[in-house]
Amino acid sequence: MKFSRIIASTGEWLSGDGPHRNIVVSSRVRLARNLSEKPFPGWAKKAERLEVMRLVKDAVENLPEMADSYSENLEALSPLEKQVLVERHLISREHAAKGVGSAVVMNAPQTLSVMINEEDHLRMQAICCGLQLDKVFGMINRVDSELEELLKYAFDPNLGYLTACPTNVGTGMRASAMLHLPGLVMSDQINKIVNSVNKIGLAVRGLHGEGTEAIGNLFQVSNQTTLGETEEEIIGRLNRVIEQILEHEQNARALLAQRKSVTVHDQIGRAYGILSHAYSMSSKEALNLLSVIKLGVDLGVFPEPCRFPVDELFIETQPAHLQKGAGAQKMSADERDSLRAAIIRAKLAQVQEPDIERLKAETPDAAEEKHDE
Amino acid sequence: MQCDVCQSKEATVFLTQIVEGKMQKVNLCEACSKEKGVNDPTGFALADLLMGLGAAQEIESKEGSLKCPVCGFTQADFKKTGRLGCSACYAVFADGLSGMLKNMHKGTAHTGKAPAALQKRREQGEKLRSLQDNLHQAVEAEEYERAADLRDQIRTLETPA
Repeated sequence: MKFSRIIASTGEWLSGDGPHRNIVVSSRVRLARNLSEKPFPGWAKKAERLEVMRLVKDAVENLPEMADSYSENLEALSPLEKQVLVERHLISREHAAKGVGSAVVMNAPQTLSVMINEEDHLRMQAICCGLQLDKVFGMINRVDSELEELLKYAFDPNLGYLTACPTNVGTGMRASAMLHLPGLVMSDQINKIVNSVNKIGLAVRGLHGEGTEAIGNLFQVSNQTTLGETEEEIIGRLNRVIEQILEHEQNARALLAQRKSVTVHDQIGRAYGILSHAYSMSSKEALNLLSVIKLGVDLGVFPEPCRFPVDELFIETQPAHLQKGAGAQKMSADERDSLRAAIIRAKLAQVQEPDIERLKAETPDAAEEKHDE
Repeated sequence: MQCDVCQSKEATVFLTQIVEGKMQKVNLCEACSKEKGVNDPTGFALADLLMGLGAAQEIESKEGSLKCPVCGFTQADFKKTGRLGCSACYAVFADGLSGMLKNMHKGTAHTGKAPAALQKRREQGEKLRSLQDNLHQAVEAEEYERAADLRDQIRTLETPA
């Protein structure tokens, strides 16, 4: 399969459907695995990395799940193509920095991807829309079980799967969910939530993982520890915490719509106004304003069919996606900002003006429902 | 309060750092803080120091520098990168790692998924233990028929297929 075909279609985690998808953008589980008796990628010599890559790539490409797949060595990808994959969460930023001796294999719906020779010999992930960590774990667990028959994993009965970094040893699993939390941000409760989640051994991070800023009110919640608990226990703990965050977010939204409806109207109206009339817009500003429009769709201010085009803009306005759409000519930041604004204007032209009356009509019910529970 | 590094002098430098949401505290004496470069905040990472406390110094002082016979990775490399060289390194640096893993994780033993072949052995081991327990009870209760049955079950489990 060609890169152009992967890029032409949006991943299933964006276009698909899943439980709580208003708030939970995506669920993802990644497993770290290594071959025994082979140096980890960071310590291996080039010839050793190439040998591991050949072994692993062969095994992965022949999996039934990868019957229709895209597979490429990283040195064959341009920096731009790598960045597109990063923006789609199909490879990590660390993996994008790799070249000869590293590779990536993913299936056509972009729900499964295997990074070869990232920090570990294998980093495989499954990603889906909405809150469905159990399903996503099932998907990647099956891939792992199939690979284990073909490859000799580094496994210790006491320490579990051995990884390059001791922080991943044990299950080698990181389960995470991307949450859209404008209600908690607008009502100034987000810091409280982040702190309490941190206290119970889970991590909250920004859009692109470790060390990134939370823009567009998007937060990634994931497990921090990998040793001493089973995969099911870790996911169960994460699920319970996410469900609580969901409830807080829903309450915050209901309260905002009820008590601060003017503020909410104002923010949605302004976001709509700026997005549909701006001629230059940075990626950060776009994400922050699109987040408010997304909230508007959730609150019924925009009709439901607007949901997908708005969600799509979150990805399409990212720098590498813009550049990819513009062709070979390398754009300057200014040119990108103006193209970004143009794309958003064109798409918002199809979204009708916010209907504030619908917010008024719907929120008291929503608030009452919450009360009854 | 004693210095965490030399364990002898009085600590005068108290350091708190939050790494990935976890608070770590270190108390150092004047001399050790200078040696570790605590005065230079840009070049100092508490995690490295903690790693060193758990592993490097102790082992180095005893056995010189430890080196993985499989991949040639040394304790110094680990201090520098925070990553290990190969899967065999876990056994080589086990002493230093065990303390680190305890601080890092919920537990020190893996309880999750295992490759199927190993998983089967693990389950067999558990089954064997429970059969032996039952056998013991049966003998004590003088239920010899049940005991004989259990003994046969244990034998079949122990003979390789």
